[in-house]
Formats: sequence, C-alpha cells, structure tokens
Amino acid sequence: MLSSIDWFTILIYLMLLAMGWMSVCGASYDLDQGGSIVDFSTRSGMQIVWIGSSLLLGTLILMTDDRLIESLSYIIYLGFLVLLAVTPFLAHDIKGSLSWIKIGNFSIQPAEFAKFGTALCIAKVMSTYEFDVSRWKDFIISITLIITPMVLIVLQKETGSALVYSAFFLMLYREGMPGCILFSGIAAVVYFVVGVRFSEESLMGVPQMSLGQTLVLILVYLFTVGMVLVYTKNKVLWRRMLGSGALAVVLVLSFTRYIMPCNAMWILQGGCVISILYLIYRALRDNLIRYFYIAMFTLGSLTFFYSANFVLNSVMKPHQQTRIRVLLGLEDDPRGAGYNVIQAKIAIGSGGLKGKGFLNGTQTKLKYVPEQDTDFIFCTVGEEEGFVGCAVVLLLFLALILRLIHLAERQPYTFGRVYGYCVMSVFLFHVFINVGMVLGLTPVIGIPLPFFSYGGSSLWGFTILLFVFLRIDAGRNRMKR
Amino acid sequence: MAVKYDFEKRKYILGGAAFLIILIFLTRLFTLQLLSDDFRKNADNNAFLRRIQYPARGIIADRNGALLVYNQPAYDVMVVMNEQIGVDTLDLCQSLHITRDWYERRMEEIKDLRRNPGYSRFTQQLFMSQLSTEEFSRFQEKLFRFPGFYIQKRSIRQYRYPYAAHILGDVGEVNPKDIEADKYYQSGDYIGKLGVERSYEKELRGEKGMEILLRDARGRIKGHYQNGKFDQAPVPGRNLKLSIDINLQALGEKLMKGKLGSIVAIEPATGEVLCMVSSPTYDPKMMVGRQRGKNHNLLSQDIHKPLLNRAIMGQYPPGSTFKPSQALTFLQEGVITTGTAYPCSHGFHNRGLTVGCHGHGSPLPLIPAIATSCNGYFCWGLYYMFGNRKKYATVQDAMTVWKDYMVSMGFGYPLGIDLPGEKRGMIPNAPYYDKAYRGDWSGLTVISISIGQGEVNLTPLQIANLGATIANRGYYIIPHVVKEVQGQPRDTLYSRKHYTKVERKNYEYVVQGMRQAVLGGTCHTANTCMYEICGKTGTAQNPHGQDHSVFMGFAPRENPKIAICVYVENGTWGATYGVPIGALMMEQYINGHLSESSKQKASSFEHKYLFTPTVYNASESE
Repeated sequence: MLSSIDWFTILIYLMLLAMGWMSVCGASYDLDQGGSIVDFSTRSGMQIVWIGSSLLLGTLILMTDDRLIESLSYIIYLGFLVLLAVTPFLAHDIKGSLSWIKIGNFSIQPAEFAKFGTALCIAKVMSTYEFDVSRWKDFIISITLIITPMVLIVLQKETGSALVYSAFFLMLYREGMPGCILFSGIAAVVYFVVGVRFSEESLMGVPQMSLGQTLVLILVYLFTVGMVLVYTKNKVLWRRMLGSGALAVVLVLSFTRYIMPCNAMWILQGGCVISILYLIYRALRDNLIRYFYIAMFTLGSLTFFYSANFVLNSVMKPHQQTRIRVLLGLEDDPRGAGYNVIQAKIAIGSGGLKGKGFLNGTQTKLKYVPEQDTDFIFCTVGEEEGFVGCAVVLLLFLALILRLIHLAERQPYTFGRVYGYCVMSVFLFHVFINVGMVLGLTPVIGIPLPFFSYGGSSLWGFTILLFVFLRIDAGRNRMKR
Repeated sequence: MAVKYDFEKRKYILGGAAFLIILIFLTRLFTLQLLSDDFRKNADNNAFLRRIQYPARGIIADRNGALLVYNQPAYDVMVVMNEQIGVDTLDLCQSLHITRDWYERRMEEIKDLRRNPGYSRFTQQLFMSQLSTEEFSRFQEKLFRFPGFYIQKRSIRQYRYPYAAHILGDVGEVNPKDIEADKYYQSGDYIGKLGVERSYEKELRGEKGMEILLRDARGRIKGHYQNGKFDQAPVPGRNLKLSIDINLQALGEKLMKGKLGSIVAIEPATGEVLCMVSSPTYDPKMMVGRQRGKNHNLLSQDIHKPLLNRAIMGQYPPGSTFKPSQALTFLQEGVITTGTAYPCSHGFHNRGLTVGCHGHGSPLPLIPAIATSCNGYFCWGLYYMFGNRKKYATVQDAMTVWKDYMVSMGFGYPLGIDLPGEKRGMIPNAPYYDKAYRGDWSGLTVISISIGQGEVNLTPLQIANLGATIANRGYYIIPHVVKEVQGQPRDTLYSRKHYTKVERKNYEYVVQGMRQAVLGGTCHTANTCMYEICGKTGTAQNPHGQDHSVFMGFAPRENPKIAICVYVENGTWGATYGVPIGALMMEQYINGHLSESSKQKASSFEHKYLFTPTVYNASESE
C-alpha cells in the first residue's frame, strides 16, 4: 500500500507548503508587534495550525478506501449542492461576499470544498458505461454538473470562486469534447477581456477607432486564418489570407497615420465580412463543409463581440457595468487606476534576483500591497525570495501539474483519470489566474494561490482534492473489477 | 471500457499549455525583477522615509572664551505635497496664524520649479520656518489633523551681545545658486551669509545625518529600517574661537556711535584681529528668525550702509598715516638717510606746484618730519626718488620699484583676511599713469601719492596692518579673526611671516619718528606714562566734504601688543577723533579696563554724533 502512494507528488506538496508558510510569515509580519512568527495570535502562527491539520487530513484520506470515496460521490456532490444553496442564508457578510459560514471561532468557505465534490461526481458520471462526452446528451449532462455549483457560488457573490469551475472544461477536452468548443470558449473570453480592457483607449488619435475593437477584429481574423490552416490544411489559402489580411491592416493604419486620419473600423469590419463570404463560397465550390464551419466561427465571433459590447454599453446600467469592470480587474481600487497591480509589480520588481531575504520585504510588511497574505501572496515571494524564489515556486507548480497529468494518464479506470484531470485543471487555473493577476497579465479575480494564500478553507480544500486523487492513484494496481 | 485512447495525445496539449503559461510568467518575472531598477527605487520611495537630521552648528566664542553665538531650537513646518490632500486649509491657517492668501502663495512658491529646483511631490518641503517654542507646542497638538505636514526641529542662531555683527555675520536659507554650487544643500537648508558664518561655513555646519524610517501605506512611521543599521548620525559643526576681544569690540562700537568709519586693531605678533568696528552697525539679532528678510531689506536701503563692513570694504585715502611707508621706502632705496633734511616753507614748492603744509621748523630731518607730519619732506623724497635717472632708467622703473615696496607692505591687494568681501584698495602702477597721462608724467605729476592722497586708497585693515608691520619691524602675518577652529590644526596661512622689502634697522628710525609724534608731535594727546605709544595721525583730504580723521599706531613700543587704525569719515583733523579714540582703545586692551578719566572721555565721545543714525529695534525680530 505505502509503496503505491506517489511520494513524488507528496514531496512537491510539502515543499510548496513550506514555501507558502514562509510567505505568509513575510506577508503578515507586523512591525508593531515585532513578535514571534509562531505565535498563534498571528496569521503565520495560525497558518501552522492549518498546515498541521491539513497534513493530518491528508494522512486520514490516504488511510481510507478509495472505493468508499467513489461510491459516496453522488452523496458528497448533492451534500455540497445543498450546503452551497443554504450558505448565503447562513453567511455573514465579509467584504460583500456571502460565502463564509461561521463555526465556532472559525469561518469556512464551502465553495473551496465543493470543487472536490464536483470533481468526484463528474468523474463518477463520466465513468458510467458508454458515456461519451462528444455526444450532445452526455455533454449537456456534464456541463450541467459543472454549471450548477457555479450558479450557486455566483449567488454567494463569489464570482471568482465560481469561475474556477470553468477549469473542468480542460478535463472535458481531454475526454473528447471537440477542441473547437474549448477554443471558442477561450476565444470568447479573450475577445471580451481585450475588448473591454482597451475600450477606453483610441487608436492614433481618431476617437471612433477604439483600440479594443481594432485588436478584437485583428484577433478574429487571425483565429479564422488559424482555423483554416488547422482544419483544412490548405496552406495556399492560409498564406493568401494571412498575407492579404496583414497587408490590409498595414495599409489602413498607415493611411490613417500618415495621410489622413479617418475611421478605419469599417474597413477592418468589412475585411472580416469579406472573409466570411469567401469561406462560404469556398464551402459551396469545394463542397467542403469545414469552410462553412469556419465561416460560422468568424460570424459567431463578430456577433458575440458586438452583442456583448451592446449589452455592456447600452442595456446594462452604469453600476452593472462597473461590476463587470471590477470583475475584470479594470476598476477595483479607490486609489486610482490599477493601484493594486502597480503596488504588486513594485513589490515583485524590487525583489531583484535574490530578493530581500526572509522577513526583510518592505512593501508587503508596510501594507502597500492589498490582500498581501491571501490573493496577492505571490508578491511576498517576489519581494523576499526574488527571481530565484519565484522561479522555484513556479517550477514546483509546473512539476505538480505535469506529474498530475502523468498520474491521471496511468489510471486504469475512467473514474481515476477524469478525477485526476479535474485536480490538475483546478491547480492550473488557480496558478494561471492568481500569478497572472499579480504580474498584471490576467484580470484581477480574487482566487487563492494553492498552498500559499493564508486560510484554512483553501488549504484544506486543496489538500482534500489532491490527497483523494493520491488515494485513488494508490489503488490503481488492484485487480480489475 | 470507455477509455478513448484517441484523445490521449491531448495530454501533450494540456501539458504544453501549462508549460507555456509558466514560461510566460518566468519571462514576465525576468523583465520585472532583473531588467529594470525602477521598481526597486519605487519600492524604496514607498517604504523609506529619509529624514535628515541636522547637526548643531558650531558655536562662536571670543578670544577669552566669552560665548558670542549659540544655538536655540526652532521648528520648521514641512509639507509633503503628495500626502497633504484633504487638509482643512482654514483650520491650518488659523493654527499657524497665517492668512489664506499667504498659504496659497506659499504653496505656489513651493511648486515653482524655478524658485525651488529640488521640488518633489514625495519629499518634505519647507512650508514655514522657525516657529517659536510656544507656536510649536500649540501647532503640534493639532498636527494629527493635517496629514502631510511635519515638524522639523532646527536650531537658529542666538547672540549674546549686540556687537560684532559684521564679523559674526548671519545664516539664512540657501538660495538656488548655493544649491547648485554645493550638492550638500537642499532647499530650506541654512547657510552662512556674511562674516565668519560664511567664511567658515564648512567648519561650522558639520555634516547632516540621515535616519531611514519605515513608512506604511497610510504614512505611519513603523520604526527604523533594519533597526537603524543604515542611519547616519549627524556630525556637529566645529566651534570657533575668534581672535576678537568682545570688550574691546564693544568699546570700539560705542566710541564710533554716530560716526561713519572703522576701527581695526591687530595683535602684531600673531596677526590676530582684536577688534573690527565698522560704523554704523546693527544688532546681529536682527538677522534671526522670520523677520530676517524684512530687516535685511531695511538695512540695505539705509543710506549710511550699515551692512557694509567698512573695515575691509571701505577704500579710503590713508592721508599722512601713509608717510611711514614712504620713509621706509626712501631709506631702503637710499634716497635719504636719517640725516637728510628737506626744506618746507608751509609746503612743497616746485615749478609752480605747491603741496601745502602747516607751520613747523625748516629744514627738517626724517624723525621730526614724521613727528610733525611734514608734507614737504615726503614730497621731496618722492621727487628725488622718481627723478633719480642714475638708479632708475625711467620714471616708470622708479614707479615699479615704489609699487613693489607698497605691495610688500600689504597694499594694493586683498590681505586675505578670513572674512568675505575684502577689497584690495588702490596702489597705482606705471601702466596706470601711462594710460592716465599718455606716458607724459614725472614724479611731480604723482607727488600726492607720497602723502597718502591722490590715487592711493587703503582699507582700514591695510592701514592697521601697516601699524602691525612697523610694530614687528618689518613683517606681518595675514590678519585673521578666527583664532582656533575646534579640532583642527591652525592654518599655516595665518602663521607665516610676510617680510616687506625694508630692513629692520630702517623700521627703527620710523618707530622713533612715530614715538616722537606721540611725545611732542601730532599725536601728543595720546601720550600716557603707562606704556610707550607710537602713532601717526592722518588728515585725509576729502573732495566731497570734511576731511577724514585717521590714526595709525601701536603700543607698547617694545613687544607691542596692539596695532590699530582708527578712521573717522569727515572727522576733520587726525587729532580730533582718531588719536583720542585710538588711545582709549589701546588703554582698554593693554590695561583691560579704562581709568576713571578715560571712562568720562569715552562717554563724551559716545555722544559726539557726526550724523544721525537710524535706530533699529532688534526686538522686532522676535
């Protein structure tokens, strides 16, 4: 039994926990108290309690039977759905969020644990006989399982935590969901974020030319051209389209820049429409339905972007617009544009190669960085441990994710593999969004960095998620049922 | 088995995506952390409050250790523009007793980069200077209501005596030029403006220290960075001991009340300046505090120029006090011997030119000529020297020789006293006259330089230094007002002997002449049985009004302790003001006090006014 446990993953887990604790020490260190970092009245002291209990929890999970866990999947999932549903009524408001339930002296956040229940349930459903995610009926079932907890969490006003569930689409992709769905989803997010993020800026001083719109149109065209290459393998057409598109963009922009400022949006939009018409023509001429699908993608992209724009600007009320912008991290601070992100960049940038040393960071300790021991904890790593420390942390996460893929692929049953991919997807999503937001690359969505951010709920949640998989993995060599 | 092996290759796409994400993050970290130093600087600006600690400025004492200038705490109000948002301006103005107008003007001034080149929104800028202790304690109670405003403790100068303003000088805020010249200074710093405060600025100021404090996001101070490991303590300035005797200075200033002019006394053996009076003068307290600008303006508009240090900046004809230098030159050049006698019948007459003289016996040899201050004798001397074509090929050559003698005695160039603004006076040379007379001139043309008139101009310091040179029988040490700088060896500049071109034995004849002047000549009123005074009067002709009254002398004759110059503008005869004032000063210094009869004399001089001085009230400055 012991020999079938994946000790490599546990080693990574322990290393991340150790570095995480150091970061919480640095981030929560209070100069006024100047006291001990292991004092239980401090956050770093409390984090020791959480780490200790997590280790205990992990050990307990490894000692249970994975078949028991598997058989309880539906019950666990349903239990979490009920818990999520009642949470807003039991919770007390913490910074506008209704996701915390108070038990004694501690507060727990069910959303952090529900990921594990959802992953279990979806793995159980997908491992049923003849389940095929590429079939519409089965696909609808699986996304219903994902979207239900998402909706419940959105009702708790924890949009960030809800978005994490979209990570399960990565697993669905692995299990056979058509790649174009995943790609379209990602493309939609990119259009929306880029469009809104740069909507206020205009290009070359022409007020009608929104930088966001221009970028999105160029992206739509690039994606279209890319799909032509991937799905039709028609390199001649690919080159021709790429060349004429690039030429059109260069001509239009230089005309506006050097000859006469004019609203070139129509020309860019026209270019996209022409490519749609041409692709439909090719579909009819070559009798190849794929051209038609690509044209639909392009048309869908334009429709999505402009209708989203229309809804955002004309249908939504200003405070709703603001909420969207806050969600995207465009408007989250009372102290002027991007204060949080700027301070985070300053803290990280000031670390240099080797950092300022354990407990020597000034930006985080002097509270320049908001949420420094939870969502923005990576700043402390950057400031105190420098580039070297950041690289070690990121590479440990990469190792964990790649290891999880490896472990998932070696599962003999669909249940184990699906669950493994769910775990991997959740970690990848958290690391991508959290570190990306601290580095100013992704929108500011308040989700924790696994094993680093202070707090018992998230640490326990990630530990359960990971160790249940390790337990399932440990049972892989059992005789086939 | 529902395992779809077709899709297994998708693990590479997912793994590749994870790999790509981490790679992008590492690249981003690389650019943030390693390619630019800006973030580190930004972080330091955020977190570190560099607070300058000002050292105590050196204190100044007189030659006997009497404290003259010391420090008193004052409090400057500083402002950080970036942090003072949301301050209740009305409340602030009331607390500081300033008007809204003043507040707005001051804020504009601070932001004006031309006036305030070192301006930054993030650092403390001087808002209001030198609050008194009461104002400070009242303001401090309310300080918490004004974020962005800070109190900076400073020390300002205080003066024990209302004397010696010109020597002590003052300190004031640095101007943009000072900041440009020396990076040590920042806007709002103080710098010596005049007197020794300026010339010994580097010694007096010490070195500023720096505290590095940690400041959190709300601007609260969280203690010293690394427990003060990188803090630098300020180095206090060095104390100065002046060579001035404050009692002598006080007497001199009293005697000169209501008169324009100067008294300079030097200790001949050391070149130490014992007193340096310039009249009119002002109370140094006027230059302290917030009223400095206003008072400075008042003084600079006074027609009698109280800010001018006449002792080193006034350039006057020395009149007959110049004659000993001529006697020395003629003796050394062999124009005369002690036996040489020249005729004088109420003056010097030659080819229609007359230089008048008062009645005395004729012809006279050197010593009585000095004693009676005979103009004729020195005119003949210069006439024969400049006319001697055997010794000097041209009159220009003779002039050059003469000029070199004068320069060797410390005339014509600044002596190099340790005070700012010393003037050089005027000793003409051959090219000067060639230009003035187009080359057509002779000894006769320039004859008046032999009696200290014409083009010759000296500062009172140079005249006093002539007295010191004669007292030393042939050398001087550059006069200086600072005797000791605490913890620094003495500058050899102020101990080296500068020998003139005249031998010691010739000085003895001149000393005899000056002694005779006191015993039975022009200075006889100075005579006393307490010590042997040697002196020389001067009545310098003044084309603009009354003649100037001058006295130059030293005492005692052997081992002289004091050499002095008294110069009273429009004081008529040398004997009227110069001689008695000089005698009183010598008595005060040599005996340490004045006799009863001298005291009476002194107080009568105190009340002899040659003009009506403007009275300034130093207490206005409080």
